[in-house]
Amino acid sequence: MSSFAFATPASVADAVALLSDAGDTRCQMLAGGTDVLVQLKSLDRTPRTIVDIKALPETNALDIGSDQIYIGAAIPSAVLNENAELKALLPGLLEAADLIGSTQIQGRASIGGNLCNASPAGDSIPALIANGAVCVIAGPSGQRELAAEDFVVGVGKNALDKGELLLGLRIPKPTSNTGDAYLRFIPRTEMDIAVAGCGVRVDVDGNGVCTAARVAIGAVAPTALLVPDAAAALIGSKLDDDALAAAGAACSAAASPISDKRGTVEYRQKVVGVLCRRAAAIARDRARG
Amino acid sequence: MAKVHVTTTVNSETVEFLCDPNQTLLDVLRDELGKTGTKEGCGTGDCGACSVTLDGRLVCSCLVLGVEAQGKAVGTVEGIANADGLHPIQQKFLENAALQCGICTPGLIVATKALLEKDPNPDEKTIRYWLAGNLCRCTGYDKIVRAVQDAAKDLAHPA
Repeated sequence: MSSFAFATPASVADAVALLSDAGDTRCQMLAGGTDVLVQLKSLDRTPRTIVDIKALPETNALDIGSDQIYIGAAIPSAVLNENAELKALLPGLLEAADLIGSTQIQGRASIGGNLCNASPAGDSIPALIANGAVCVIAGPSGQRELAAEDFVVGVGKNALDKGELLLGLRIPKPTSNTGDAYLRFIPRTEMDIAVAGCGVRVDVDGNGVCTAARVAIGAVAPTALLVPDAAAALIGSKLDDDALAAAGAACSAAASPISDKRGTVEYRQKVVGVLCRRAAAIARDRARG
Repeated sequence: MAKVHVTTTVNSETVEFLCDPNQTLLDVLRDELGKTGTKEGCGTGDCGACSVTLDGRLVCSCLVLGVEAQGKAVGTVEGIANADGLHPIQQKFLENAALQCGICTPGLIVATKALLEKDPNPDEKTIRYWLAGNLCRCTGYDKIVRAVQDAAKDLAHPA
């Protein structure tokens, strides 16, 4: 790794000051480091200062409130998955986070980092989008919020401006009639990069009718995508096979994948529809609890 | 770049060292502290040979900066045996011939200890998923899994 300075700001204000220092255009934020350090070692980044933001209270807080849940951006996935209350509320999101890497990676990797890294195949991203997550961002002019589906703007590119950092994610709290799910396809059972992925969150009423839905797809476009047409196919239905098939078709239509060693365009378009149907069925069953 | 003074504990002993900010915890353990039990395999978090615990949590030391160890507790393979001899996990790896070249073994021992502290009686599937980030290119994994199962039994009911 090239040489760099290391800073551990004690407050968000200090972090923003460091990141926005006009004379220093080469700052790199560090949380769990499972992407950042690999990238630094491959010499494709030459930061002058590493700003470790994971000791800040705001990036570590986990708050399950009455109508929303706040998840600090730097909390390791393993810590989230050990929280039984959170796991009961957002099983799909936590399963998505749990798919990323090995036990060792889980001990450090965060969903905030997964989002900032902005890989098209980041597993937690479709799950966050499906759950209506809002990014809480601190910057030189105070805080702003941005929908998760607008945070990733390209392959490896996020919407943070100079001096900004992601503090955490605000997610509408699921009710007893809400269910979420995330599924990805990989050629083996563990430790791989998604060929395609799909996150679904639905609400149902007492008659089993879907009253709200969000569907997001990953690894089939430069960024994870919200698919409003898939949600529209679910809302108002009883989440029967026809509705699920229509949502799946909408996901296949929304996908604009590339062909690479993990899958062809045609294959990914088909598989993302299958994943949508299956994830929607899991979310439905969870919502009906 | 100026070296940074870091105070940490390694295997419950307070340790101070000077390191460059771009040295990994793995570099520091091996090159500054002489603890060469922790091995470097891939250097990119894929193989698990460099597994250590950081405040009790299993991590790849190649993906932790040495400066990040400030104020933390690091656990390495050197802290597993005690004055009386090998830890039961190490003994069961030997008895089951769960190693050949030995490069992956320190990471597997550390990872197994972390598993059995969290789940003293894991089933085979749990063991295989927990150890999925520890690659062994010699033995295959059956002997390793059997060693972990034996160690769990031994720790629950010491002979």
